[in-house]
Amino acid sequence: MHWSEYLLPLTEGAWVTVQLTVYSTILGGVLAFVFGIGKLSSNLAIKSVSVGYIEVFRGTSLLVQLFWLYFALPLAGMAIGIDLRLPPVVAGVLALGLNIGAYGAEVVRGAIQSVHQNQREAARALNFTPRQTLFNIVIPQAIPEMMPSFGNLAVQNLKDTALVSLISLGDLTFRAEQIRNFTQDSTTIYTLLLLMYFGMAVVLTIIMRIVERFAGRWRMAGS
Amino acid sequence: MLFGFEWDLTNPLNFAISILPILLVGMWVTIQATVLGFFVALVLGLVLAVLKSAQSRFVAWPAKLVTEFIRDTPLLVQLFFLYYVLPEYGIVLPAFMTGALALGIQYSAYTSEVYRAGIEAVGKDQREAARALNLSAANTFTHIVVPQAVPRIVPAMGNYLVSIMKDVPVLSVVTVLEMLNVAKIIGDRTFDYLVPLSLVGCLYLIMTLVASAGVRVLDTHLPKQGLPLK
Repeated sequence: MHWSEYLLPLTEGAWVTVQLTVYSTILGGVLAFVFGIGKLSSNLAIKSVSVGYIEVFRGTSLLVQLFWLYFALPLAGMAIGIDLRLPPVVAGVLALGLNIGAYGAEVVRGAIQSVHQNQREAARALNFTPRQTLFNIVIPQAIPEMMPSFGNLAVQNLKDTALVSLISLGDLTFRAEQIRNFTQDSTTIYTLLLLMYFGMAVVLTIIMRIVERFAGRWRMAGS
Repeated sequence: MLFGFEWDLTNPLNFAISILPILLVGMWVTIQATVLGFFVALVLGLVLAVLKSAQSRFVAWPAKLVTEFIRDTPLLVQLFFLYYVLPEYGIVLPAFMTGALALGIQYSAYTSEVYRAGIEAVGKDQREAARALNLSAANTFTHIVVPQAVPRIVPAMGNYLVSIMKDVPVLSVVTVLEMLNVAKIIGDRTFDYLVPLSLVGCLYLIMTLVASAGVRVLDTHLPKQGLPLK
C-alpha cells in the first residue's frame, strides 16, 4: 500500500477525534464553571461537592477514570438494578469532559479570585445583589484571565482523546492501529499520525488565540 | 491468582482485601516508571532548555520546534512510535524502558519551559550586579542565577512528577504491568471490574495526595530569596 492510501481512513478517524474534542471540551467548560464557582460558594454542601469532584478527577489518572466508566460502572449499575452500560462514545466524552472540567474548575476559581476586591466593593456600593456582582461584574472580567489556560487545556484534551482508542472507539489512533495491524508499516503510519495530531493541535491553538483575543475585549469593558 | 496471591471472591470486601497486595506490586512498578520517567524528563528538559536559549538561531529554532511538536502530540502515540518504530532500526528496548523513555520525552517539553522560566525570573539587575562585581559568566550562573532559580523550579517540577504518575497507566498498552494493567487483568479473570478499578482509583488518590503534600512541604521550606550563598 502506498502511504497516500492511508489518508482516507486516517481522515475519517481524525473527524471522530475532532468531534470528541469539541464535545468533551464543551462539557468540560460547563463543568469548569459550575464547580469552579461552586468551590467559592459559601454554602458548605455545594462547596464540599465541588472540592470533592475537583480532587477526585484531578487526583486520579484519566485512563483509570475512562476504564472505570466503561468497565466498572455497568457492574455498579447491575448491583443496584439500573442499566448503566455506556456506549464507548458516551464513556469517552464523559471521561474526557469530567477530567478536563476538574482542571478547568481550578482555572475558573483562580481567575475569579484574581478579580480585584475593589470591583466587588464598588458593585456592593451600587447595590448589586451577590448574584449580579458575580455574573455581571466578576465573571466578565475573569474570563480574559482564564483564556490562556483554557487554550492549554483544550490542546491537552485533544491529546487525551487518543486514549479513547483503548475502549475501541474508532478515533484517529484506533484507525492508525488498524492499518498498522494490516500493513505492518509502523514507521510511515506513526509518523503520519504524529504529524496529524500536531496539525490539529496547531489549528486548535490558533482558534483558541482568536477566541482569547475576542474575550480580551471584556477586559476593557466599562473602562 | 496473580504474582502468587490468591483472591477471595466471597464478598466485595474480602475480594478488595485479597487483591490489595497484587495491586501494590503494580503500584511499585508505577512508582518505578514515574521516577525513571521523571529523571529522563529532568535531563532531556535541561538539554532542550539550553538549546532553546542558544545564541544561534539555527540551534534555538529547531529546539523550539521540537519542544512544540513533543508538547502537541499525545503520549500514547509517542509511545507507540517508540515501541514499534525503534525496533525497525535495530533499537530494541524492554517495554518498561520504552515506556519510561516516552514519559520522559513527553514531559521534557514541559520541564524545559520550567527551567527557562525559572532562570528568566532571576532579575536582570542580579546579572548586572554580578558583572559589576567582576564575576565570570560561569560563576554568575552557578553562584548567582542557579541558587535563586532553584526555589522557583522545584515546586513546578514537583507538579510534573505528579502528572507523570497519572500518565503511567498509558504504559499498560505496551504490556507494562503497572497498577491499572494489573487491575484490568484481575477484572478479566474474575469478571469483576468494579472492585479492582475502584481500588486503583482510591490508591491513585492516595498517591497523588501524598505526592502533592510532599511538594507543598518542599515549597514552604525552600527559601524564597534563593538558596543561601556559600
